[in-house]
Amino acid sequence: MNVGLETPKVVRRAPGPFGAGAVKGPAHMNELSDARMQWVSHMHRIRDDQDSRAFAQLFEHFAPRVKGFLIKSGADASLAEEVAQEVMATCWHKAHLFDPARASVATWIFTIARNRKIDVLRKQRRPEPEDLGWGPEEEPDQADIMALQQEAAQLGDAIAELPPAQRELIEKAYFGDLSHSEIAAQTGLPLGTIKSRIRLALDRLRHNMK
Amino acid sequence: MEQKIKHHLTDEILMAYAAGTLPEAFNLMVATHISLCDECRSRLYAFEAVGGEMLDQTPSNVVAMDNGSLAATMALIAGGAQDEVTPVRAEGSILPGPLQDYVGGDVGDISWRSVGMGVKQAILPTSSDASARLLYIPAGAAMPDHGHHGTEMTMVLQGAFQDEDDYFARGDVEVANSDLHHTPVADIHEDCICLAVTDAPLRFKGLVPKIAQRFARI
Repeated sequence: MNVGLETPKVVRRAPGPFGAGAVKGPAHMNELSDARMQWVSHMHRIRDDQDSRAFAQLFEHFAPRVKGFLIKSGADASLAEEVAQEVMATCWHKAHLFDPARASVATWIFTIARNRKIDVLRKQRRPEPEDLGWGPEEEPDQADIMALQQEAAQLGDAIAELPPAQRELIEKAYFGDLSHSEIAAQTGLPLGTIKSRIRLALDRLRHNMK
Repeated sequence: MEQKIKHHLTDEILMAYAAGTLPEAFNLMVATHISLCDECRSRLYAFEAVGGEMLDQTPSNVVAMDNGSLAATMALIAGGAQDEVTPVRAEGSILPGPLQDYVGGDVGDISWRSVGMGVKQAILPTSSDASARLLYIPAGAAMPDHGHHGTEMTMVLQGAFQDEDDYFARGDVEVANSDLHHTPVADIHEDCICLAVTDAPLRFKGLVPKIAQRFARI
């Protein structure tokens, strides 16, 4: 790390995933985001105290989900088991890189699992975008963390409320390693229908995030 | 400050990148664009958040881990993190970091091959389901007229180009589909360098480019 070098690095911060401004949600949003805030605190306990009990709970919840994601992506059960273990070990080793003002724990783990899927299942080289230059030394504001985790809870609600036909296509787009054309072939639906349903689903999510 | 990017990535491409279902060449396009574009980076985070929520709340996807799985994972953890090689990247290059990784250096390290009329290209090593290449178009020169079988995305790295409809400067992405026949022309002020990715071979009109195409492995 180049801390202390004479050229100060410009720290850019992209706007959050849901646009500018904190969510002014109803009071019950605080309860809904509680689960997510608890996962955040698990991550901090793993990072700060190497807390294996916190890790065990994280593992119990997320490892079977990661394994399921990998199987849906085409891995057999034993490869999925092995890769899911690696993904969870990465959560421990990279706990200091988790930024709760930028992503929920579920999202962070999803991106780790996705990356391993590309490395191991698709066997592709994975281009790494430039990062924004924020470091672990800048602890984000509690208010920013709360706002982001509440937004994640709100997004979770909005997804749960999607009409089944739309939700199913979003699920196939993420779980199944399928392009839109491959989804068309699998479901027998015309490609245009798939694209428009996904567009409708996204419009609805955007509307519910306002 | 970079000039404002006007032509962005589509939802479909960002969502597929978030899901990890794109061919490598398209991943390279997305990684390169979001290295320059905070707006698309932010949209990508939203698509990744959708993936996170789907992971969290799709009960049909939960598959029990094997017996002894946690202990095996703790043993993996005790074995230490795998060493990761952090790529060395030049600052202030016209090539964003991900492209430097694929070129294996900076602009001077690109192995250009002439494809005629002053136009040069360099094919980048990616998986074969799609292709990525850098294009060098002299200022004011036209690309050969070509149509497309599949999807082609072109992003400007240096200079600018314009086609019949629009003007594309650094960071702008043009998306072309099979129904589009176009003739992009590089802006007169500067030679233009682009990243182009496609999931199908380009077809050029006319005999000579066709043969050239075969030799140039377009």
